[in-house]
Amino acid sequence: MTEQPILSARGLTVDFRLRGGRRARAVDGVDLDLAPGEVLALAGESGCGKTTLARALLGLVKPTSGTITYAGEPLASTSSGLKAYRRAVQLILQDPTGALNPRHTVYEAVAEGLRIHGITDNERDRVAEALAHCGLRPPERFFLAYPHELSGGQRQRVVIAGALVLEPKVLIADEPVASLDASVRGEILALLLRLREQFGLAALVVTHDLGLAWSIADRLAVMYLGRIVESGPTERVLTDPQHPYTRALVSVLPDSPVSEPVVLSGEPPDATRIPAGCRFHPRCPELASGGAAAAGVADACRRTPLPVLPADPHQHVVACHLRMARPTKAAEAGSVSG
Amino acid sequence: MPLLDVRDLRVTYQSARGPVPAVRGVDLTLDAGETLGIAGESGCGKSTLALTLLRLLPRTATITGQILLDGEDVLTMSWGKLRAVRWAGASIVFQGAMHALNPVHRVGRQIAEPIMLHERVRESEALARAEELLTQVGLPAWRARSYPHELSGGQRQRVMIAMALACSPRLIVADEATTALDVMIQAQVLDLITSLVAERGIALLMISHDLSILSSTCRRLAVMYAGRVVEMGPAQELFGDPRHPYSGALAAAFPKIGDPAARGRPRGLGGDPPDPAAVPSGCAFHPRCPLARPECATTDVELWPAGPDRVASCVRVLPAGSSREAS
Repeated sequence: MTEQPILSARGLTVDFRLRGGRRARAVDGVDLDLAPGEVLALAGESGCGKTTLARALLGLVKPTSGTITYAGEPLASTSSGLKAYRRAVQLILQDPTGALNPRHTVYEAVAEGLRIHGITDNERDRVAEALAHCGLRPPERFFLAYPHELSGGQRQRVVIAGALVLEPKVLIADEPVASLDASVRGEILALLLRLREQFGLAALVVTHDLGLAWSIADRLAVMYLGRIVESGPTERVLTDPQHPYTRALVSVLPDSPVSEPVVLSGEPPDATRIPAGCRFHPRCPELASGGAAAAGVADACRRTPLPVLPADPHQHVVACHLRMARPTKAAEAGSVSG
Repeated sequence: MPLLDVRDLRVTYQSARGPVPAVRGVDLTLDAGETLGIAGESGCGKSTLALTLLRLLPRTATITGQILLDGEDVLTMSWGKLRAVRWAGASIVFQGAMHALNPVHRVGRQIAEPIMLHERVRESEALARAEELLTQVGLPAWRARSYPHELSGGQRQRVMIAMALACSPRLIVADEATTALDVMIQAQVLDLITSLVAERGIALLMISHDLSILSSTCRRLAVMYAGRVVEMGPAQELFGDPRHPYSGALAAAFPKIGDPAARGRPRGLGGDPPDPAAVPSGCAFHPRCPLARPECATTDVELWPAGPDRVASCVRVLPAGSSREAS
């Protein structure tokens, strides 16, 4: 299958200038493809650059280098070109309470995007339809409601309706259910899947929650300090994680498929000082336990930088010296079949 | 005698809209060295319960029932006695460590403060104890001289735990203590809490919305809905085989990785958690319950035995339980 990706990034880097002239590299070389109708989860700890990557893909942060293409066309740099792009690629934020203006009714919140994009025909019908698609039925009942009169789940549905009314092709959702009650989350995730079915919407879901990835994502990319360190079909990445970092993340979940919990010490180092060699090496349990030395790659882990992982959506790929020197049985079998 | 014995606790807040019953009759016991997880969503009364345990609620709240800590009722004891119980008898770790710590004092001094007040030791000795506590929670002793803003979220939560341990309490109440933390830091902090309570025989009452975390940290679980406990039992059994439909929905909200049934099928409940000011009639869960029967709208179900050491308040439990015993 060589379907053209709807959204694509190549060699993307994003630097931030800090006080004192230091530079933080939040995104440090990312290749990523999102196929039409695909749900891709981007997972990692806070500070790994996942939100910055999402913002760069939306054109909200200017990449320091690298390219973003939408439907094969490079992202426009003019504001009118970006405007069309921003209609096609919609953002959904974590906290619907912050995303909605408390003084705007539900109708105004959903219609705002239409007005910005100069869509004036059938406004009422469009708003009603978007609300109904997001499970707010009958939509007329919600038109005049204010955000404070709605529950958290309903507010997030309004936010999604506001995106949907513009008939986008891609949703970029940053922790879309993290601020919602547990019993309500499933319904919002089911809504995202239903929109994919109905409208062929692709979604990039930024999350720290691997359980969420398991329940909705076709594909999973794991980020650490600005790089994707492992990506592949969600089942393969989560049931047979290859990168020591992914293994550790999966291992600490309750009822994990990785038998021994690996609790990493320390915290993600800051993006102003990305370690040499493999960026994960200061925290890597394989390096600490001598596993990397036994495979003869300990030096490489400390000194040799790893290549940027290819955006190939069908392979299970991993950026790790140890795994390249000593693939596990499952990975070998996987690469033969994949 | 259990360390903590909560009997028919009811808490009602007064609001402009009228009385809001946040806790509507909760019974709990916790033995010394035991771990109990309380799960539930916003508005279910779990945080109100935590605050009531140490009488930290505003005056406008009406509280009835009993909270026996070592046999003494926290709700009626004198202020002097209450001050002694706070920190030394029971302490609380809150969710937002940034807000719970004083930003203008070094963390060592903040940990030392309850030690000085409770044990009447000199400041230098209390500070030395604070440094020792910091190393026990996995922070270097020199961190005692740091201000809260110099620490990361995980480090601040460790400081909160050190503070909770300062006066060697017999009970620690952790209210969403790891919720704001990253997965890995959360695992570190949970490991720390688990090993500290096991080592010292401290009883732990852990409150969270995350049933999966509670089931891996606590021996027993209680699930709250609309101000009541709707199911209680051994953690693994409750999480693996919930008897109340609400516990089932809550368990399904945290899919197990590797479980094919959860793959591509996010499950949730229709509707929203009930407004404490307008709790539905009958079983409070019936408007959202996928298995509701006509009688659920009118029958207020109490906790029934639902297996060995288990109780659940659902009309479906009793027949199922008796047929299980028969077979």
